[in-house]
Order: sequence, then C-alpha cells, then structure tokens
Amino acid sequence: MSWMFSMDQYADFVWAAYGVSAIGIAGIVVWCLRSYSLARARLQELEKNAP
Amino acid sequence: MLRYANPKRFMGLSGAALPWLAGAAAVFLAAGLYLAFTSPPDYQQGSTVRIMFIHVPAAWVAMMTYGLMALSAAIGLVYRHPLADAAAKAAAPLGALFTALALVTGSLWGKPMWGAWWVWDGRLTSFLILLFLYLGYIALWNAIEDETRAARATAILALVGAINLPIIEFSVQWWTTLHQGESIFRRGGPSISAVFLWPLFAMAIGYTLLLFTLWIVRIRTEILERRARSLMLELS
Repeated sequence: MSWMFSMDQYADFVWAAYGVSAIGIAGIVVWCLRSYSLARARLQELEKNAP
Repeated sequence: MLRYANPKRFMGLSGAALPWLAGAAAVFLAAGLYLAFTSPPDYQQGSTVRIMFIHVPAAWVAMMTYGLMALSAAIGLVYRHPLADAAAKAAAPLGALFTALALVTGSLWGKPMWGAWWVWDGRLTSFLILLFLYLGYIALWNAIEDETRAARATAILALVGAINLPIIEFSVQWWTTLHQGESIFRRGGPSISAVFLWPLFAMAIGYTLLLFTLWIVRIRTEILERRARSLMLELS
C-alpha cells in the first residue's frame, strides 16, 4: 500500500480530486437508486388502491 | 428505433441490460483505478498526472451527456415521443454532475501546475457555460408545471445550448488558451505515452458505462413517476 501514499508534494491535490469524484459519483448513484425505489413503491401503492 | 421506444418494451429491455452495464462499469472503473495508481509519475507533472485519469473522462462524459440530451430533446420535439422527453430530462442531472467534477478536478490540477485555481480561458469558460446550461435546463423543467410545455421549452434550450459543444471542442484551437490542445484524438496519433493512455481509456470506458447505467435508471424512474401521475389523475 505504500506506493499509494508515496506521491510527491502534490499528493493533497491528487487525493482531493479523487475524493471529490468518489463523493460525487457515490452521491448520484445513491440518489438515482433511491429515487427509483421510491417511484416504484409509490406506483405499486397507487396500483393497489386502483379499482 | 421508435419500435423499441415503447415505454413498456424499454422497461423490459433496460431491466435485463442494467446488471450487465453496471457490472462492466464496476470492472472498468476498478481496472482504471488500479492502473491510475500504479502508473509512474509524469516527468513534468509529477503525480498530478493521476488527476488527468478522472478529469478527462469526466469532461468527455459531460459533453457526451449534453449531446445525448440534445438529441433526445430533438427527437421529442419532432416526434412528440414521451420517452424521448423522459430521456432528455433524465440526462440533465448526470451531465451537471460530470461537468462539475470536470471543473473541480481541473481546478485541483491547475493550482499546482498553472499556479491558479481558475483562469478565464476559452476552454474553462465554455465548460462553465455548459454547467450553467445544465442548471438552467433543470430549473426550466421544474419551473413549468405542464409536462408537454416543459418538454418543448427545455428542448429548445437544449438545442440552442448545443452550439456550446463545438465551442468547447475547438476553443483550444480558436483562441490562445492556457488549457493544452488536443493530445489524444489528433492527427499523427496521441502525444501522450502509452503508460498513461491505458488508465485513461479504462477510466473513460468506466465513466461512459456508468453514465449509461445511471441514465437508464433515471429514465426508468421518470417512466414510473409519469405512470404514477397519470394513475393519480385517473383516481381523482
């Protein structure tokens, strides 16, 4: 694992860039999946109540 | 193509394709990350070259998403197809995220290499305009209650904004910019070493597959929400 941390004086910039990207991508993945499951649950609820 | 654009058929096909797309995206992203962190530092940029492996794919995907959004909007405008409108609407938040990531990671590369977080050069400014176009598109969808009118208005905005894509692409040729020119898809082949090309391509494929995975999930969500809205109208 030492190779990952032996990045010259620019390590802070590299880790910040990867950190922001990871947070952004993880955030949108969670948002997409959550909104999909909410929409599916809402539709199922409505279909159950439909005559 | 319109035969497959039936929402019911789309739900079936996309449901089968999603696990494969998501799996392929995960494989390419994992391979890209491994190659990115095991590649040697650049002789000039040092380890900041590793930022390129996430900055460039984010920028490519941001532009690709706008192209797909504008194409879907144009199909929606011409054929009045609701799935095309849903596809355009679904692409916007994804494009906004990738544009923001390209801008932030570019800034984190620019500070150590250029000595500035931001410069108002042609490439950076046109990319910032791309972010505003995405945000404006999302705001316009949310501002108009009637779905048909919202789809038409946003489609016009998306098509007008598409003029920004060639401006972004050719900005480094048209103006003297601090941003470097084309180094991959250029006459005479790429100007960067193969040791940096492999992680870049692996990440670019991973980002593209991730985009299509999320886009399909968003379109499916949009279809379900539209069904729920029409069902609510029927019930009331």
